[in-house]
Amino acid sequence: MSGVRILVGTRKGAFVLTSDGKRERWDVSGPHFAGWEIYHLKGSPADPNRIYASQTSGWFGQIIQRSDDGGKTWFPPGSKPDELATPQGMPKGESNKFVYDTSPKTGKPLTTHQWYDGTQHPWEFKRVWHLEPSLTDPDTVYAGVEDAALFRSTDGGQTWQELPELRGVKGHVWQPGAGGMGLHTIVLDPSLPERIFIAISAAGVFRSDDAGRTWRPVNRGLKSPYALPDPDAEVGHCVHRIAMHPSRPRVLFMQKHWDVMRSDDAGESWQEVSGNLPTDFGFAIDVHAHEPDTIYVVPIKSDSEHYPPEGKLRVYRSRTGGNEWEPLTKGLPQSDCYVNVLRDATAVDSLDSCGVYFGTTGGQVYASANAGDKWAPIVRDLPPVLSVEVQTLP
Amino acid sequence: MIRVVLPAHLRTLARVGGEVQLHVEGAVTQRSVLDALEARYPMLKGTVRDHVTQKRRPFLRFFACEQDLSHDPPDAPLPDAVAMGAEPFLIVGALAGG
Repeated sequence: MSGVRILVGTRKGAFVLTSDGKRERWDVSGPHFAGWEIYHLKGSPADPNRIYASQTSGWFGQIIQRSDDGGKTWFPPGSKPDELATPQGMPKGESNKFVYDTSPKTGKPLTTHQWYDGTQHPWEFKRVWHLEPSLTDPDTVYAGVEDAALFRSTDGGQTWQELPELRGVKGHVWQPGAGGMGLHTIVLDPSLPERIFIAISAAGVFRSDDAGRTWRPVNRGLKSPYALPDPDAEVGHCVHRIAMHPSRPRVLFMQKHWDVMRSDDAGESWQEVSGNLPTDFGFAIDVHAHEPDTIYVVPIKSDSEHYPPEGKLRVYRSRTGGNEWEPLTKGLPQSDCYVNVLRDATAVDSLDSCGVYFGTTGGQVYASANAGDKWAPIVRDLPPVLSVEVQTLP
Repeated sequence: MIRVVLPAHLRTLARVGGEVQLHVEGAVTQRSVLDALEARYPMLKGTVRDHVTQKRRPFLRFFACEQDLSHDPPDAPLPDAVAMGAEPFLIVGALAGG
């Protein structure tokens, strides 16, 4: 029988929530990597037992963990669990070595980016925000990092190489958002294997059509008057998240700092589709698994008040690809709710009746087995949720 | 043998219980001890010292023999008691929170 596995990253560890296809009863395993920040976990579309996790700490830096058995056991790539248990024969583990490529042959000089006050600031690696496994090869995985850059591993996460041309696309005018200057979104185009979209706060969306060798900004139509004096600024936009339906990869949806946007031409131009939302600030955006024009956002009051308007936790759904939105409230708290839903904390499954999931900074993970019509918490008291990913299992 | 005490999270990562014991060739310094630690436990590379600069991560401190050695040069000899194995070299996470 089919089932669902939810990978939850939190401020204090990772949790794996599993259910059968009914999605009524859930098993909770964790915390894995207890006490560490788990920014993101994601399974390989080509091998659902292969899962990558970003484990970070302000004290000890970045660790990459991998599971080859669907999240039951984990190890740093390059160091097999049985090898770690013996005194000899440990391989050289470099799975946490994220070094910007400054080599004369392949890299870009590590210059500076813009700091909050407009001065220039050195580029410094801090952590991996997002891991995006290849659609076809379990050993290939992309990592979006802070300070913003894109890395790729082709050996299952053992070693990482930067795709440095991205940093060269006006990197000196990129600037951190409130949470840092992170590359938080990586979208792979299933119809064009060499096309990659990435998004950075606060730089914008960038597209490569040659597997990451060259990049260009695709931000025309974005307006950010609160951050950028130039209304036609090519980069510098605080894009919070982009989402794509795999059957229609030229259509992208975006939750920007303010504004919900849509592109019908692979990012060449963007139009606002905020419509009747109560506020168009927010972090997360996602697309229904079977209806490419059904999209979800979680409106947040403002950039200075990171909680739902009126203390009511409402997911908004558009069945028209934007502009016309309906609140989804059944099963969600409609008073005194002041949690946030972060950019990587929504996901959908691909069962016949599409399941929708999101996690909150209050530690709840909510699930809807009917495309958002009705919600129920799977867990209520986890640490603040940073990310939610879903695997639909055969 | 040189004795090293790791913070709890790094003990978990390296899958060790209590103290770590290391054989260090030549002079016993912060650098030689950390080199030996990373050679023995490769997964600790980057967690105590930065991969590129090899500098101590900012939220970690090095103590031994009731002294704070965090700001000593990496090639300065560690106290004799550490070199003799009488006292451990402590890698300590800086305190945070209230």
